[in-house]
Amino acid sequence: MFDQSESFVTEDGRTIGGVMMEMKNITLRFGGVVAIKDISFDVREGEIRAIIGPNGAGKSSMLNVISGFYHPQDGEVWYKGGKRPPMKPFEVARQGIARTFQNIALFEGMTVLDNVMTGRLNHMKAGILSQAFWYGKAQREETENREIVERVIDFLEIQNIRKTPVGRLPYGLKKRVELARALAADPKLLLLDEPMAGMNVEEKEDMSRFILDVNDEFGTTIVLIEHDMSVVMDISDRVVVMDYGKKIGDGTPKDVRSNQAVIDAYLGVAHD
Amino acid sequence: MFYRESGDFSETYPADSQTFPIKFDRYRYYAVLVVAFLIIPFIINDYWANAILVPFLIYAIAAIGLNILVGYCGQVSLGTGGFMAVGAYACYKLMTSFPDVSIIFHILISGGITAAVVALFGLPSLRIKGFYLAVATLAAQFFLVWLFNRVAWFYNYSASGQINAPDRTVFGHLVTGPNTDAWAKYMICLVFLTFAGIVARNLTRGSLGRKWSAIRDMDIAAEIIGVNPLSAKLSAFAISGFFIGISGALFFSVYLGAVEVGEAFGIQKSFLVLFMIIIGGLGSIFGSFAGAAFMVLLPVLLKNVLVGGLGWDTALAAHLEFIIVGALIIVFLIAEPHGLAQLWRVAKEKLRLWPFPH
Repeated sequence: MFDQSESFVTEDGRTIGGVMMEMKNITLRFGGVVAIKDISFDVREGEIRAIIGPNGAGKSSMLNVISGFYHPQDGEVWYKGGKRPPMKPFEVARQGIARTFQNIALFEGMTVLDNVMTGRLNHMKAGILSQAFWYGKAQREETENREIVERVIDFLEIQNIRKTPVGRLPYGLKKRVELARALAADPKLLLLDEPMAGMNVEEKEDMSRFILDVNDEFGTTIVLIEHDMSVVMDISDRVVVMDYGKKIGDGTPKDVRSNQAVIDAYLGVAHD
Repeated sequence: MFYRESGDFSETYPADSQTFPIKFDRYRYYAVLVVAFLIIPFIINDYWANAILVPFLIYAIAAIGLNILVGYCGQVSLGTGGFMAVGAYACYKLMTSFPDVSIIFHILISGGITAAVVALFGLPSLRIKGFYLAVATLAAQFFLVWLFNRVAWFYNYSASGQINAPDRTVFGHLVTGPNTDAWAKYMICLVFLTFAGIVARNLTRGSLGRKWSAIRDMDIAAEIIGVNPLSAKLSAFAISGFFIGISGALFFSVYLGAVEVGEAFGIQKSFLVLFMIIIGGLGSIFGSFAGAAFMVLLPVLLKNVLVGGLGWDTALAAHLEFIIVGALIIVFLIAEPHGLAQLWRVAKEKLRLWPFPH
């Protein structure tokens, strides 16, 4: 499938495998606006890869390219050792890529349980007749998937709000339910778009812990966008830095922190 | 006092996901079934069947169908009247072309034909949403009525342009035609409604129902978790059409017996069924029943009160009825936009805590 020879073990004992996804020279334009300009980077199996950058740098656009909402004018997306043809978002999801959104995209009219169950839709194959009479495969499948969903619910500690309609939940919990829905799909690659935006310190700590646990226990590869530098530097293995649609840095948090271009982008630079 | 869920624990996931997880609800449901199947057929008379029960049962099927499309999948449709006409004319053609086949199959196949037609008219939903989709389905309404008026093949070239239901029997009992007993009409509609209710409930609680609700609540997020919008929307249109077709077939063959398409299946019918699900509650099977009951009973009730009780002139009462029904709908929508189903839910919440609400 893909090259396992480059795998290595991190300081904290996790195994990082070979390259799972590779973005090659992605360029994305909206009319005259260039959102992403000739960016390449790779994501290794099992790692936490952060994308950072100031507002409008093109981070979310990059995630949208990966999940199939945008189709880049130039460049290629390689996934699991093969070049990916242009795909619709639901086809990307079926390849084992799940994501959360910057501004929560939950199904407000449904309960937490139903929301998380929607994450299992790709694993449910019962025919319409079986569903109509709630007999045989439909019922069996419902129970099997419910068990998996309940494990995710336990994992994220949202048991007590299982039957609550999502519309009634506070912001922090909604974020967690959205993560639960993405996790329920049992993804190989998880894309998190600002999972900690608008949270207080305590909620951020909880969320960081969940992200690390997901990565550790399920071995899920994670690509995340985040603005909180301390969080990014703490939890990610490697960081891509974007500014005005261009890549200005790529490497371990330590490398990136000492990169002059990154410092300039974040702190500003004197024009003289 | 008796409405409690305490001590009522589900120990398995199937038990937790059943339709009536609370024991009291479950027993009440069985009680309603027993009354509907074993008691009402023996005491029903022609007035109750024709004025109240049969139209209620048939409209409830149509409301369930439309609720799947509008309430669960979020696709607005104003073509219900036209789609019911498809069911009616399909049933008529089948009844006259294959007189030896049981009418049960005719009605089911009419549902299937309607499902195909509705799915066809649902194709624009992939590109357009909301009001624009409503206009597209409105076009379907007018087109279908025009089609059944113009193409003589559909009404077998009869001179009047009407279609008339021939006499048909089920298990030796007449169910269509002018000499049908009240209980037979009632029973055939009841069997189809029970079937529709159970199937709709099962579909909406399963994976297909989740796909529909996901599309309704946020189509972008639905796509990202792997829902194919094409198949989700078209399946909602088709299944909605199946139930609406069955109700149209029953409306023509069992209830009216003779139909002129513009009169029976005009735009008023589309709005009537839409009002039913809005008043009953969008996205609720119970709401479909409640809305149908409300819209069927209200005019009967008003007529009895105004003409029977107050002794007013019939014509005056008929006109006042329009005004009152209209006003009530508006008041209702302002007071409880989520419909009777929501009132019912709130009442149940209150009952759980009664008599100590704090």
